[in-house]
Amino acid sequence: MNPAAGDPPAIETSSLTRRFGDFVAVDGIDLTVGRGELFSLLGPNGAGKTTTIKMLCCLLQPTGGTARIMGHDVVEDPLAVKKIIAISPQETAIAEHLNARENLLLMAGVHGIGKQEATERSEELLELMALGGRAKERVKKYSGGMMRRLSIAMALVSNPDVLFLDEPTIGLDPQSRRGMWDHIAGLKGKTTTVLTTHYLEEADALADRIAVVDEGKVIAEGTPNELKADIAGGQAMVVEATNVSPEAVEALRRMYPSVKEIDGGLEIEAEDVDVYELQDVLRPMGVAIQSTYKRQVTLDDVFLQLTGKQLRE
Amino acid sequence: MTLATRNLKEVWRDPLSLGLTVGLPVVMLLVLQALKGVDEFFAPTSLTPGIALFGFVMLMFSAAMTLSKDRESALFSRLLTAPLRSNDFAAAYSLPYLLVAIVQAVVLYLIGGLFGLGIAGNWALVFLILFVMAILYVALGMIMGVLFSIKQIPFVYTAVLLLTIFGGAWMNLEAIGGAFLTFGNVFPFAHALDATRAVMIEGAGFSAITTDLNWIVGYTVVIAALAVYTFKRKMVE
Repeated sequence: MNPAAGDPPAIETSSLTRRFGDFVAVDGIDLTVGRGELFSLLGPNGAGKTTTIKMLCCLLQPTGGTARIMGHDVVEDPLAVKKIIAISPQETAIAEHLNARENLLLMAGVHGIGKQEATERSEELLELMALGGRAKERVKKYSGGMMRRLSIAMALVSNPDVLFLDEPTIGLDPQSRRGMWDHIAGLKGKTTTVLTTHYLEEADALADRIAVVDEGKVIAEGTPNELKADIAGGQAMVVEATNVSPEAVEALRRMYPSVKEIDGGLEIEAEDVDVYELQDVLRPMGVAIQSTYKRQVTLDDVFLQLTGKQLRE
Repeated sequence: MTLATRNLKEVWRDPLSLGLTVGLPVVMLLVLQALKGVDEFFAPTSLTPGIALFGFVMLMFSAAMTLSKDRESALFSRLLTAPLRSNDFAAAYSLPYLLVAIVQAVVLYLIGGLFGLGIAGNWALVFLILFVMAILYVALGMIMGVLFSIKQIPFVYTAVLLLTIFGGAWMNLEAIGGAFLTFGNVFPFAHALDATRAVMIEGAGFSAITTDLNWIVGYTVVIAALAVYTFKRKMVE
């Protein structure tokens, strides 16, 4: 996908808001997603990710702000938006009495795609998603992983400009999840994809850019590396030690901005930690250092620092 | 059209749905007509219209369950992101059931014919009344499917079933009279049964059943409009 100069971005929201009575589910979100980008909305359950997606897909009316898909307003011109988008919802959302091929033809049909094109596209997707061998079988007999793959294929069959994948790997075993990641990664550059997930490693592995969402607000935005680099240059020092006292932790906090107790020791988020200096401080306080090692900061650390809570709480 | 075809397959490929909508009314007709020796009301000519409405109630249930299941599985949400209008959705979820209703009524009347069913008046008028009632029941199914969960639907279905039965599906409402008759006549079911039996037994023409038809058509127009409206509301919450 090569956007021409002056083309509107794939997605542009301005102060996008959705209230349910007194509860603000989405609170003034500003987002811009470029064409062909794989953009992830990362946040815990209830953060407002699905509500945001529903507004972008014209399923839910915003109570404030605006949202445009390829320049089309989701409230003013929903039919134009619906012609260029597709969604794979959090639930598998397939017709269980149909087989895989019929499900694909159903979605192609409701998008107004001609029979021949729909058939060709369906066959391509059945092969791509490794469903060709069981395409004639009713999908209620499929495994969870197969249903998920079919769900994404159903979203792709209309060749959408913008694809929304709402928690596409929820409930999958690690092997199926990795397989799904390959399929999603293959969309990069071809289809603008918005991926909502609460799996940090998923956003890290797949997304070009991430918006971290919490309590209806975007609290950070950037590439995975940018977000991690914001914390101590992306480095953390793990100190395995015994007899760690609150006084020792307090002493280190006066030296480094982020120090936390972990099982079996301490973790210091800082770019340059001098091990000898650590020993000089901790030994007199009775702390016995057994080993130290550096590790890369993860998006989990980013989320913890931004919100003060773990994503899977 | 694609969505309508899929919805037809939902009935056709679900043995329970097929059994309830087509099989059960036939069984009811065969069982109840055996009582014609006890009471003439159970002779096929007066019984079949009631059984036909009973079949439509089953169809309403099936339509409501399909739609509610689609909502709960999020297939409906997925479909709502396709460039279709509310009228397209209402048509796609109702036309297949109307087709099944026609098949259902024809099968019932053919079987009734084997057991002595006769139509003194115009058979086309009988099928016109039944067709309008089929629209009414399917529209009710649409509304139920949009508004209620799979767990709630059986309760609403039971209410409609009881109204149909107490509308005179297999009892002579005129003979019971009193509050039953007054209550029954508030709803379109009693009027549909009165009109159909008048055509079949007495050979009544169009002008003789105008009042009943007004009730039936009036209810159908309102319920069908409500069904389209609920679809429209559901499309953007």
